Amino acid sequence: MDYLGILGNAVRGMFGPEAAIYALAAVGLNVQFGYTGLLNFGQVAFMLVGAYGVAVGVATFGWSLWLGVLLGIACAVVLAFFLGVPTLRLRGDYLAIATIAAGEVLRYVYRSTYAAPVTGGVFGLRQFANDFFALNPIPPGRYGFGPVDFDSRSLWVMIVAWALVALASLLVFLLVRSPWGRVLRSVREDELAARSLGKNVYWFKMQSLILGGVIGAVAGSMLAINVQSVTPDSYNPVVTFYLYAIVILGGAARIFGPILGSIIFWFLITFVDAFLRQAVGSGVIPSSIISGADVGAVRFAFVGLGLMLLMVFRPAGILGDRKELRLDVR
Amino acid sequence: MRARLMAFLAVCFAAFLLAPSAFAQDQGQSIKGTLRGPTGQPVAGVTLVVASGGTEVGTTKSAADGTWEVAVPKSGTYTVTLDVATLPSRYQLRNKGGETLSDVAVSTGQKRTVIFPLAPAGTQQQGGSPGSTTSASPGVVSGGGAGGSTGFATRFAQLVVEGIKFGAIIAITAIGLSLIFGTTGLINFAQGEMVTIGAMVAFFFSTSPFHLPLVVATLLAIVVGAGVGGAMERGIWRPMRRRGSGLIQMFIISIGLSLLIRHTLLVVFGSRRSQYSEFTVQRPLELGPVSITPRDLVVTLLCFAVLGAVAFVLLRTRIGKAMRAVADNRDLAEASGIDVDWVVLVVWLAGGGLAALGGVLFGLTTAIYWDMGFNLLLLMFAGVILGGLGSAFGAVVGSLVVGLVAQLSTLWFSPELQNAWALLALIVVLLIRPQGILGKSERAG
Repeated sequence: MDYLGILGNAVRGMFGPEAAIYALAAVGLNVQFGYTGLLNFGQVAFMLVGAYGVAVGVATFGWSLWLGVLLGIACAVVLAFFLGVPTLRLRGDYLAIATIAAGEVLRYVYRSTYAAPVTGGVFGLRQFANDFFALNPIPPGRYGFGPVDFDSRSLWVMIVAWALVALASLLVFLLVRSPWGRVLRSVREDELAARSLGKNVYWFKMQSLILGGVIGAVAGSMLAINVQSVTPDSYNPVVTFYLYAIVILGGAARIFGPILGSIIFWFLITFVDAFLRQAVGSGVIPSSIISGADVGAVRFAFVGLGLMLLMVFRPAGILGDRKELRLDVR
Repeated sequence: MRARLMAFLAVCFAAFLLAPSAFAQDQGQSIKGTLRGPTGQPVAGVTLVVASGGTEVGTTKSAADGTWEVAVPKSGTYTVTLDVATLPSRYQLRNKGGETLSDVAVSTGQKRTVIFPLAPAGTQQQGGSPGSTTSASPGVVSGGGAGGSTGFATRFAQLVVEGIKFGAIIAITAIGLSLIFGTTGLINFAQGEMVTIGAMVAFFFSTSPFHLPLVVATLLAIVVGAGVGGAMERGIWRPMRRRGSGLIQMFIISIGLSLLIRHTLLVVFGSRRSQYSEFTVQRPLELGPVSITPRDLVVTLLCFAVLGAVAFVLLRTRIGKAMRAVADNRDLAEASGIDVDWVVLVVWLAGGGLAALGGVLFGLTTAIYWDMGFNLLLLMFAGVILGGLGSAFGAVVGSLVVGLVAQLSTLWFSPELQNAWALLALIVVLLIRPQGILGKSERAG
């Protein structure tokens, strides 16, 4: 077994484009779940509209890439209103189910033959981010140390995505320290108290949902740009569960929570993946127990187990404060 | 403000309805065919499902001229299944097991034609090899039924029957979800996996090496399902409650549990879709304008019998009254001498057993695959919330509404969107009557 290769893979995974993009989406979720206490289980829906904003804008309508990103953001704002109006007045668990349902409805609609002239149906859309890669200042080649190296395309996506993560984190940092952010936290801690102080709780929740959703949409468009393709079925509810695992692992309601969470999460995920593939490939684990095709499933099972253990033994995550986050809606 | 938003929503729906629905599938690869009866007349309104490695790729219904086409994302081998339940009762498949064509290979850009040979109902089915994928002519056997056109009223009645059947199956699985929520406040995300476990346990016992009759295997599945429910309660939820964990914390734990069980089942069972060996091909009964196979009739009646039994237990027996008391006010119930932990354990046992039974019935009417429960889970949520969160009778009413909406939407829209319409119904109800159809208004507050 090539342990150095496995470790190299894992280190590549923890800083790679996916880790950065998931960190960005998790920053958005952290605004909603961490700071406002909203149980948004449809963050993947915001990523979906963001991704399809770019893809449809460029590939179907022939717009420029930047207009496509704006389209995705606009769709995310509309979606937040759609979700927020019926559910934000209700208890948190309604929002959870309505958002997860809305995410699935959107996926069904985007993949339907009915919408296929615009979205490409189950095929999705391809080759719409050439504008982005044309701006790449890094000459082609591979960069890195030893087994950890990236090609110039990944490096360019990484630079932009991590810069966006830094920007979004700075924005959230400034916002939550402002009076606005204190109202958000008071809504999370005691909605009734915030309301009795004359705050429009409903509108603050809506703003939080929109802000988190827009950050999620930008993450979605980066995800689409990274692989130059979108397919509706890659935006399934499991993506949202990944994001929850990331936010909780790092520590909800902490600025560096989502970033640290994403780095550790992707290190573990790629490590398990690479380790299992090597172990199955070299016969250390007999293929009668786990075959190569099952590695993906085992990876998801590990995420589930990890999420459970985290919630049982350390619900506040690595950076979190147990006192600040009671994680209770009733 | 509220009225304006409603109007906005209405406009959005209208735009959705008016957008062009037909378009030419001129790029990429697809699987297509024309369904014709024995005398060559087209057969409309039959559901066809294309799956790849257990995951559904697309669903369609045959058009008025019998044609159908499902786009597939990439080259590869696919499984095409004809839903026998939607086949007009005057036809059956000429070959036994011919409703499933596995290993349909599609190359890039190819429009692969597959054929389901049909025969008049009641004739002897040919055993052995499933329907051909290569022969070019439609199955022509002498005889044949009446003309191919079916009126709107007939289709409506047929879909109402389908909807009630689907809704009753959802209700069986959702009632446990609702009882668990009512007594403990937990939204159990792993309920869908209890459904899958039930279907798979019954499949395991009904095939080699056991070859038990499906009825016996179902009883065993119910026992195992109840055991799984009880084990979850004793192993996870009771200790968590003792530690004073928050409900959101437990909700996220149940999501993790769901992911863990679902993907473990995928590794163990594989990604294929399977069918029980019994009751697969049956001759439908004609009941006035609608037709239903004896299997589906029994499934529907069994669901209602079980729901009736649950209602009886809840309303008339000691443990049922205790369950309702705990759901109403846990502390008061405990103070008046009810053993709350025991009641909650019974609720989990019952919820697990009902979910397992629902899984077998769902597997019987569709197929058994690794994420069947998860696909059903959102519809269960929709049913529970539609009816009123925490109300067992509400869950039944809501589930029936969900089943009917899902099936009736196929009158006007593509069947691939039927679940989307059911979930949209959930969001619309939340907008108009957030406490649900039978819910008390303070529950939503």
